[in-house]
Amino acid sequence: MMMSETKNPGYKQPLLKVRDLRLHYFTSKGEVLALDGVSFDLMAGETLGLVGESGCGKTTMGLALLNMPSPPGRIVSGSITIDGKEIVGMGDRELRREVRWAKVSMVFQGAMNCLTPVYTVRKLMLETWQEHASGKHPDPKAVEELMLRYTRRVGLPDHVLGRYPHELSGGMKQRVVIAMALFLEPRLIIMDEPTTALDVIVQAQILNLIKELRRDLGLSYLFITHDLATEAEVADRIMVMYAGKMAELGTNEQIFGSRGPRHPYTQKLLASTPLLRKKVSELAFIPGSPPDLISPPPACRFEPRCAFAKAKCGRLEPPVVEIESGHQVACWKAMEDSEYELS
Amino acid sequence: MSSPETKGPGEGPGRGEVILELRALHKNFLMHRGRTVIKAVDGLSFQLRRGEILGLVGESGCGKTTTGKLVMKLIEPTSGSIIVNGDDATRLRGAQAIAYRRRVQMVFQDPYASMNPHFKIRDVLEEPLLIHRIGATKLERTAMISEVMRRVKMVPVEDYMDRHPHMLSGGQRQRIATARTLILRPEIIVADEPVSMIDLSTRAEILHLMKAIQRDMSLSFIYITHDISTARFFTDRIAVMYLGRIVELGSQDEVIDHPIHPYTRALIEAVCEPVSGRVGLMRELPIKGEVPSAASIPAGCRFHPRCPYAKSECWELPEPELEDSGAGHLHACRRWREI
Ligand SMILES: Nc1ncnc2c1ncn2[C@@H]1O[C@H](COP(=O)(O)OP(=O)(O)OP(=O)(O)O)[C@@H](O)[C@H]1O
Ligand code: SF4
Ligand SMILES: [Mg+2]
Repeated sequence: MMMSETKNPGYKQPLLKVRDLRLHYFTSKGEVLALDGVSFDLMAGETLGLVGESGCGKTTMGLALLNMPSPPGRIVSGSITIDGKEIVGMGDRELRREVRWAKVSMVFQGAMNCLTPVYTVRKLMLETWQEHASGKHPDPKAVEELMLRYTRRVGLPDHVLGRYPHELSGGMKQRVVIAMALFLEPRLIIMDEPTTALDVIVQAQILNLIKELRRDLGLSYLFITHDLATEAEVADRIMVMYAGKMAELGTNEQIFGSRGPRHPYTQKLLASTPLLRKKVSELAFIPGSPPDLISPPPACRFEPRCAFAKAKCGRLEPPVVEIESGHQVACWKAMEDSEYELS
Repeated sequence: MSSPETKGPGEGPGRGEVILELRALHKNFLMHRGRTVIKAVDGLSFQLRRGEILGLVGESGCGKTTTGKLVMKLIEPTSGSIIVNGDDATRLRGAQAIAYRRRVQMVFQDPYASMNPHFKIRDVLEEPLLIHRIGATKLERTAMISEVMRRVKMVPVEDYMDRHPHMLSGGQRQRIATARTLILRPEIIVADEPVSMIDLSTRAEILHLMKAIQRDMSLSFIYITHDISTARFFTDRIAVMYLGRIVELGSQDEVIDHPIHPYTRALIEAVCEPVSGRVGLMRELPIKGEVPSAASIPAGCRFHPRCPYAKSECWELPEPELEDSGAGHLHACRRWREI
């Protein structure tokens, strides 16, 4: 039941390195700074959670890791290496052959409700293979075998391959989508809100499946959701994004343990997450809404909504600082607090 | 079954008077030219008191949304009645039906889809007034719009009046949707929250606001959700629904701290919480599979095929009725003393 080897992913090699990544959407209204200088590593075998409010750039990050920005988006600068290989600037053909679905695949946000209704599951999976990975697995017979193996692996009976999406329940559709991300045997799967559209019990079943697949197949995940409770359940480390930037990154214990997170944004997000087993009379919320990313606040992007903001916060951008081993925060207050604690 | 003196099934806490009562409500939908009968609501009874928030909790397909539509009189029941102030709402027609619809309002949880994008906020809020012929002059209606916008904290009102829905944040749109409901001064609000994509902070903000307004105006709420954690925070009582029927009903603390029905227990077990130390663990899920189709409701206890405690009595004997285990905590499980 325990997966002790994943508890401390620190000794493993980074599978993915992202450095100062900038991805902007060039819209008629202006340049949307959707990713504005984000850096992190993702270790082999690790589940890294990516969390934040709607519009903070989570899906944009997922698509960037496939070098597949949605138009009119473009990676402006920065670097993404997978297994030591740079993918920014790589040509489309090479990306298809070497990266997409070969090494990194994605469960797209809402995919289970967008499956082409006139295709059977088999045909849907074959499409994925033709689209992304006929280079890595050129033999259609072998592909049929992979499809069968992985539909079974996600807990579906063989006959599902011959079914149409509308014949399947929500939970089964999500299993199909996961099988589609899995069957070409990538090393990293980006899961974009894989349980948000599901009922609680089915959600718990799918989370168990996701954990089991990682344990048995040695996968790594970037697990995207706006729900901190789900991150607490699956992620070894959690990266919190706000308005296109990283606000905080820490281990599960550093974010959800008794000391709690350090960034005022993470603290508020956590306080607005309802607890079932503890009665609270009030849920906190964050007044206001995330900024427009065409002209975001110049210094700390959270400053207009932050209860702790001082004059400095509106003038100088807080750098990302490691306040304890493996725990990074970009906030002036968190920095002062930790210096105070140390002294 | 429901005289004010004796406690009937699903009776509210003894606070305000009963303002809404559902009695043995059924709603069937016919599919495939009548060859398939879908029993979306299948013998539903409960009472709602003035100033009370009742949560209807269950998975998709359990009949929550159909219940909301029945209460709203958007659809007619197959049998059973909805009693409001002594009248059977299912029999109301014409002007009486319109008056009823004004007293019972629904908050849409996807406000973007339900707002005309060409309207300004003032038009969005004026529309219900025009439909119900409230406010004789434009000036009078503008005063009502300003008042309700202040209530939902969209201030300064002038800043927002002339905006279009897309110029608001998700939380602000949700507040306008709430304002549109409140402007008709309803007595009962039905809030239907489908499996939800909205940010937790935005949702907390809305619930906060709705609770404040509910207290202020002594409104009654039916809060429909799949999320039992939010129900704990927001409601006075929780009714857990499974396949068109209530399987457990009690105060929110009773139901969550001392659940009786195996289905309620499973719902609670499945919930994730933001605490550390769970990553290496699999969640023990006592029940398998998903909710079966409402076209073939199992005989006996409708939950028995998924229940880890089911014995022959559960499918051989007739369906268990709601029964009081003490202090108004109701459940429909035959084996509740043993499990
Ligand atoms: N194709 C696009 N063209 C222009 N702007 C876009 C596009 N896709 C996303 N954006 C903008 O980029 C920012 C980040 O969007 P993104 O979809 O990455 O957010 P998200 O964190 O995934 O949000 P959600 O939780 O709602 O899925 C937002 O301001 C969004 O409006
Ligand atoms: S830097 Fe200042 S404004 Fe930004 S989060 Fe920290 S305290 Fe708040
Ligand atoms: Mg997204």
